[in-house]
Formats: sequence, structure tokens, C-alpha cells
Amino acid sequence: MQFTLSAEQRQFSASLHLMLTAADATHSGRRWLAGDREPCRVLSRTIAETGVTALAIPAEFGGLGAHPADVLLACQELGHHAMFGPVAESVAAVPTLLAALTRARPGRIDRIEEWLAGLASGQLIATLAAPPLLPFAADVDKVGLVLLAEHGSLWVAEPRGLHRSVSPARTLSEVTGRQLIADGPEVGRALATALEFGAIACSAQLLGAASALLETTARHARQRTQFGRPIGSFQAVKHRLADVLIQLELARPLPFAAAIALADESADAPRDVSAAKVASARVANLAARAALQVHGAIGYTAEHDVSQWLTLIRALIPAWGSEAMHKARVLAALTGQSVGGQPVQGQSCG
Amino acid sequence: MNLDFDPPLQQFRAEVAGWMAEHVPAAPLPSVDTAEGFAQHREWEAKLAEARLAVVSWPAEYGGRDASPLEWLVFEEEYYAADGPVRVGQNGLFVLAPTLLAHGTDEQRARILPPMARADEVWAQAWSEPGAGSDLAAIRSRAARTDGGWLLSGQKTWCSRAAFADRAFGLFRSDPAAERHHGLTYLMFDLRGDGVTVRPIAQLDGEPGFAEIFLDEVFVPDADVIGEPGNGWQVAMSSAGHERGLPLRSPGRFMATAARLVDLWQRRGDPADTQLAGRVVDAWISARAYQLQGYRLVCRDGALSGPQSSLTKVFWSELDLAMHETALDLLGARAELLDEPGEDGRWLSGYLFALAGPIYAGTNEIQRTILAERILGLPR
Repeated sequence: MQFTLSAEQRQFSASLHLMLTAADATHSGRRWLAGDREPCRVLSRTIAETGVTALAIPAEFGGLGAHPADVLLACQELGHHAMFGPVAESVAAVPTLLAALTRARPGRIDRIEEWLAGLASGQLIATLAAPPLLPFAADVDKVGLVLLAEHGSLWVAEPRGLHRSVSPARTLSEVTGRQLIADGPEVGRALATALEFGAIACSAQLLGAASALLETTARHARQRTQFGRPIGSFQAVKHRLADVLIQLELARPLPFAAAIALADESADAPRDVSAAKVASARVANLAARAALQVHGAIGYTAEHDVSQWLTLIRALIPAWGSEAMHKARVLAALTGQSVGGQPVQGQSCG
Repeated sequence: MNLDFDPPLQQFRAEVAGWMAEHVPAAPLPSVDTAEGFAQHREWEAKLAEARLAVVSWPAEYGGRDASPLEWLVFEEEYYAADGPVRVGQNGLFVLAPTLLAHGTDEQRARILPPMARADEVWAQAWSEPGAGSDLAAIRSRAARTDGGWLLSGQKTWCSRAAFADRAFGLFRSDPAAERHHGLTYLMFDLRGDGVTVRPIAQLDGEPGFAEIFLDEVFVPDADVIGEPGNGWQVAMSSAGHERGLPLRSPGRFMATAARLVDLWQRRGDPADTQLAGRVVDAWISARAYQLQGYRLVCRDGALSGPQSSLTKVFWSELDLAMHETALDLLGARAELLDEPGEDGRWLSGYLFALAGPIYAGTNEIQRTILAERILGLPR
């Protein structure tokens, strides 16, 4: 059994962390909103240079063909830095969808291979809508490719509008299919796998964001003094943050177990993916509430970084499937029955 | 990265599962907190020891199998999946034995460990006193120097299983001039000896699970001191002596409970009750997370102890309570029946025991403070 990070994986995480810190990724969303696009483009290129965008793409299509666990590490770091943009879509779900689809087709689909190469190099960023699980495509204003998967078909899509998310630099759009790429049973199968990957990529982002909040809040609690002492010396503060630490540490292994299950095409994958999403969303919410409360009013300002993570977490909690849907999937796996008492056969995310 | 068990591990798992299937008593044993139940649990331990399954992680020379931490996790998974009886010798096995392995002499290990493995000697803990619970450094029971040993006097309380155990271990103040955690000595003593009075205390579930121990100049030879006299605190607080997390309550135990809870849901749950269903799912997810955390720790650290222990202790104790509360809610009106037979009846006694989890082995409040100060760096 090797259920721990290798030295290379630790190294990769560490260097990605350093790079994102140096590039001030956490404030890139604010800069985007202020109309300052150049730093974001530079950041995008820098991320691509680390290989993050190539991880989930098989070598035959110009990618690195990495283990899903490596994708999770990247998404964790991106979440840690509150990186804006369609992370789970572009780094995990869309590459998985396109690679699976084109492999399943005897003649392959040229456009898809082009897109995969573009995604791998980081030159192309993509997003995805897949109702009902993903009713909106996130961040259509930041991507070169908008996809819609619906009723067994995959389309290049066009947005019908632009909603602002609670997470400031994030947008959401309903989309309409414009050019059919593929249809048939392979679309459904490829989509199902892609949505599982999207869900654990999102779980990893949530854990990364929770981790960042805990760090920053502990630092604040050590420095901020009131009543003649650091507020971190008060037991209520200690215990609240200890609870976040406990839940965070115990949630960490779940997405990685799901990644292994997906890589092994295990029948337990839906159960493990859903367990990961439920736990990650819950601890991220716990971390967000604790962070805001310990920071007090200053955490409530738009200017302070707490709001970056808190609003990102709020946006991602229901993404890639609600808590109810994922809990129902776990229950179905454990009992062979859905909550309504109906027997289920291999429920998928899609 | 993988979660595979190699062939030797799978073989070991099969051996344990097979042995358990053959030997676990068909009907549950009487409560370990009764004279008859204690005796039957002792016999069970002897059987386990005969199969060399009582203390798998110990060195072979003391009755173990030199099992790796991962093998131990597997053993525990199969032990609890098969509904193995309560480990009557757990105080000795999980606290005293690691302490002896880390800080004892060869003579002590050779003398004490094999009878412990066979449950020929069952040990109770003697830490707390009326004035010293969470604040263990406030203990006042004394060890007075005498010819060839020490004379113990004072009172210990909340000593689990002391009503029927053979021997006990704990900290005593050996230097009357010293204070707090200085001048303490870690001693082992006979519960059947002269000067010892054990008074069982009825717990809220009606059973005498723990006891007070009154000591009136009880003689302990030098050979029964662990570590140096006066250095007892360090011995007790070292990771060996203080492990409260994973080794005390392994993930296997809670995976088994979660499986029973899912089974209860299937038998008694209202399929339309999404809230209760959600709690059952939460229980399983948490038990699974703990299981994975166990694998992660052994793969990463090669060990199960360390600064993580406060973290896991809070986690498992609250998980255990949550699972039992969920079960009682599933049982509805019958949940309050203390004499409910069969599988359903286990949940109430399990719940009452789970209530103690956040208290023993260091209260969860103390654990949270330790985590906040040592891991998050928050100031005292």
C-alpha cells in the first residue's frame, strides 16, 4: 500500500505553492475585475509551464497523463490560492471528457485532438455546462471553449447571458448548443467519468481553500491583541480552530481515495467521489465560518482576503452536485437503494 | 498511490477472519464489568493468545508477531467486523505495554508482558484522583521510600476495570518537596495486595465499570518502577505512554459500527427520512475517513502515534457518539429500553459507553487546547 504522497508529488506541490505565492495568485481575481488582464495572462502561462494544465491529458494528446492524485494536488494548491477561473472544468473535467470521447471513437475527432493539445499547453481554457448537475457554464468570459453536454450530445455552446457569482471574479451562464461535436452512448459514458473528476477536483479546491483560511486565521489569532492578550489565547478561539483542523485533516484522504478508485475504474468510485465532495464542502464551510468569526468585522470587508476564500467556498459548495445528491449516492452504494426506496443501478454523477 | 493490500497482508487478513469466524462466541459474553463476564473475557483473551492473535504488534518473544502498523490495522478491521468481544486487558495492552516496550527493562518486559498477553494478569489504570482529573499534575497520592522499594498511600479514582483486575499502574508523588509534574514516579502494584481496598463505582449505565482504589502503605519493590524514580511524568507523557488516538480505538472498530448502522437503517429506516439517512451517511463517511487516515499515517510515518493523536481522539470519540445517537433515533420509542434484546439492544449500552469517550484518555477540551497550541501555534 502506498497511500501517501511521493517525494516528487510533495516537490510538485511545494513548487506550485511557491510559484502561485510569487505571482500573487490570490489577488489575480481582483485584478481581472479591475480590468487589469495582463497579470492574469502571465499567471495563466506560468501555471501552464508547471504542467498543471497537461496533467489530466493523456500523453498521446500532448499531455502528461498523470495520475488523478496529481490533478488533485494541483487543484488543492489552486484552491489554496483562491485562484479564479473554471479550474475543475478546465484542468480536470473537460480534458477527461474530450480524451475519453475521442478514444472511444474509431475515427477520432480532429477538433477534439486540437483542443486537447491547446488545453495541455495552457493556451486554451475551457468550461462546461452539463444540466442538470451543472446547469451553468462557469466563466464563459475567460475561456476559449464553451462546451455543453446534454441529452447524450456534446456541443460547442454559446452563452445566453452572464450572471455574477457570489465569488467576485466568477460568472455563470446558461448556454445553448451551437455546433454538434458528438452524440451517442460514448458521450454519456465519457461525461459520467468527467463529472466524477470535476467533483473531486472541486473537492480538492475546497480543501485547499479551507487550509488557507485556517492558516491565515491562526496567524491573525496570534497577532491580534485585545484585552491585553492575543485573541488566540482565548479558549473559545482555540477550540473553534482546533475543530477546523480536526475535520480538515480527516477530510484530506477522501479525495485521494476517490482518485485511486477513478484511476482503477473501481465500482466504488461514485461512492468515494461523493464521500469526498460531502466532506470537503462541509469542512470548507466550517473553515469559512470560523475564519470570518475569528477575524471579526475586518473579515467582513471586501478588501480583506478572507472574503476571497469565503465567497469562493460558497460558490463551490453546491458545484458538481449538491450535498443531497452526493449523500444519496453514498447511501445507494451502501444499501443498493436510493433514498426513495427504489433500487438503483450504477447511478452516475451525470 | 494505491490502497492495495499485498498478498501476505491479504493472507493475514484471511487468517484473522477465519479464526474469528470459528471462535467468536455465538452469543455475546456477559458484560466485562461483572465477575462472570470478566472471567469469560479473560478466557477469550487466553484463546486469542494461544492463536498468537492477542498482541500481534508486539515482538514475538512476548507473544506477538512483530506485526507492522498496517497489519495491526488489518487485524483490528477483522476483529471488529467479526464482533470480537471487548478487550478486557486494554489498559495494559494499549498503555502499559507500549510504556514497558519503550521505557521498561528487559527483566520487566520478560516478566510482565507474556502474562499480560495471555490475560493471566489483567491491568487497571490508576491515574486520576478526586483532586486530579484533567490536571493530572495535581496528584497527591504518595510513594514513600522504604527498604528495597516504595510504600504507596492515597486514593485513586475512575480506575477502569479495577473491580476485577489483578494489577494496576499509575503515577505517585515520590518527592514530597517537589510540585506538579516534578518528583513523580511511575509504579506498578498489586490490586490484591495488603493495604489495597478497591471500591467499585456504579456508572450511569448501572454497571461498576470503574472503581476507587484506596492505598495504605502498599509495598512496591524497586523492580516495579518504570523508568527512573522522580521521572514518572516524562515516562507517562512520552508518546508511548500517552498515546490516545489511533492505537486506543482503531478505525476498524468504527467501520464495523458504521456497517451495523447502515444495516439498522435498512431494517428500520423510513426511506423518505432524508435527514436521518443523511446522518447515517455522515457516519459512514467519517468512519471511512478515519480508516483512510490510518492507512495514510502508516504509509507516511511508518507509525500510528505522534502529534496526530489528539486529533484522532477527538474525532473518534465524537464519531462514536454521533453513530449511536443516530441509531437510537432510528430505534424510536424502543430506544430507551435497557433490556432490549438482540442486535437492537446493543445500541443503548453502546451509546452510554460512547458518552464517556469525550472524557477518558484526556478530555476533548484538553485535546483541542493541545492541538491549538502545538499545531496551530496559538499562545497559552
